[in-house]
Amino acid sequence: MSITINGLKAQLPDDPRVSLLDLLREHLNLPGTKKGCDQGACGACTVLLDGGERILSCLALAVQYEGRSITSIEGLCDSGALHPLQQAFIEHDGFQCGYCTPGQICSAIGMAEELRRGVPSHVTEDLSAMRIAASSDELRERMSGNLCRCGAYNGIVAAIAVHFAEAVK
Amino acid sequence: MTPFTYARAADTAEAIRLGAEPQAKYLGGGTNLVDLLRERLERPTALVDVTGLSSTIEKRPNGGLLIGAGTKNTAVAEHQAVRLRYPVLSRAILAGASAQIRNMATVGGNILQRARCLYFYDDEGSRCNKRAPGQGCDAIDGLNRNHAILGASSACVATHSSDMCVALAALGAVVHLRSARGERTLPLTDLHRLPEQHPEIETMLDPGELITAVELPPLPLAAHSTYRKVRDRASYAFALVSVAAALEVEGGTVKDVRLALGGVAPKPWRAWKAEAALKGQPATAESFRVCAEIEVADARPLGHNAFKVELAVRLIAAVLEELTGEHS
Repeated sequence: MSITINGLKAQLPDDPRVSLLDLLREHLNLPGTKKGCDQGACGACTVLLDGGERILSCLALAVQYEGRSITSIEGLCDSGALHPLQQAFIEHDGFQCGYCTPGQICSAIGMAEELRRGVPSHVTEDLSAMRIAASSDELRERMSGNLCRCGAYNGIVAAIAVHFAEAVK
Repeated sequence: MTPFTYARAADTAEAIRLGAEPQAKYLGGGTNLVDLLRERLERPTALVDVTGLSSTIEKRPNGGLLIGAGTKNTAVAEHQAVRLRYPVLSRAILAGASAQIRNMATVGGNILQRARCLYFYDDEGSRCNKRAPGQGCDAIDGLNRNHAILGASSACVATHSSDMCVALAALGAVVHLRSARGERTLPLTDLHRLPEQHPEIETMLDPGELITAVELPPLPLAAHSTYRKVRDRASYAFALVSVAAALEVEGGTVKDVRLALGGVAPKPWRAWKAEAALKGQPATAESFRVCAEIEVADARPLGHNAFKVELAVRLIAAVLEELTGEHS
């Protein structure tokens, strides 16, 4: 019974009650993923599944993801260098206290993949469109599962918009 | 969480066998069940993970679609045939939860999600007939802004929170079920029960029965369909009132209409009365309002949710006017 975390194999716990979030934080000493509400309401625990699908680790039992690959905020940096989106959050003041930031960043990476795939959102006017522009309205709607109690939303949207404007070229 | 075993079912037959254990629960994405386990509102001794079973969307010989119960909500919403032929279903799913939750949640789990009534969750401080049958309901005289105006009872006024199910109700979706006794189907509108005096019994499913798929009928008018949801914030909130509708207008007259409401009842609420009243009528704002008023004529609002009655009427009328505009 194993799971891959940030490219490394890890043992799954014997007790199936352990959430994916607690596996990361308490068992594997990866506290970058944050426990905000622990009930799926805040998005602070967002991680990436199998390279790009954003999920909430608090509402996941670790055993459900046996054999799968999870990327947490710790897995995004490349040999010590910040991920470009992390750098963009610094440059655009995308945080104050920083508690929601790992979830915001993982969520934004997952969101970009959904946009590339043409997944529509609640504010997409034309459901038949396969190319959806990353407008401010689209970004805000698509990031609505990640709350920021400091209210750094303008900086968060700016960081994501600037980063992905370059990444999707 | 109380202790439980976990097993991943390799196929439907194995799932049914494992699910026959008295205190077993089927596990989909876990976005509702894991929370209920943590709150100890669910205390199964065995979890049977059924997410690996059926996650395909297939075209049926009659032109309908068969959606496997393990299909993720995102996968349904982004599916090309759903977007083009049943836009109300894409729109309803996209109006619900967050992207992360839609990536995890399955179709079967969405249907079987439980009430979000705060008194149901308040294990230590409140009475709830759904949690503890016979105890009483503190929502009826409590903070019931989010509660039901249609179909509720003196025992329970909680609403069903799914957006997806409201679209499925409007579309006349059929749910495929399997148990040790064999296979059967139920219209989605017959799957959830009204609370009456037993709100703890929420569906018509037999013990151990598994949802295997949801079938959408071929329904040409569904190409002209949409979903509108009114909530307390612009995104990531449950509905105060929502409307799923499909409309066919010919020569200025309503030839056919499908209408369902969310946020107002203990189950996805198919507006049969409004549909019957509107068919054959002129497609005008006046007829839309009249049919909506007929639907809510039996509404029994609570202390804090009387606004939902007029909101439902206006929302139905607005959505039908929007769909009429698509025809012109």
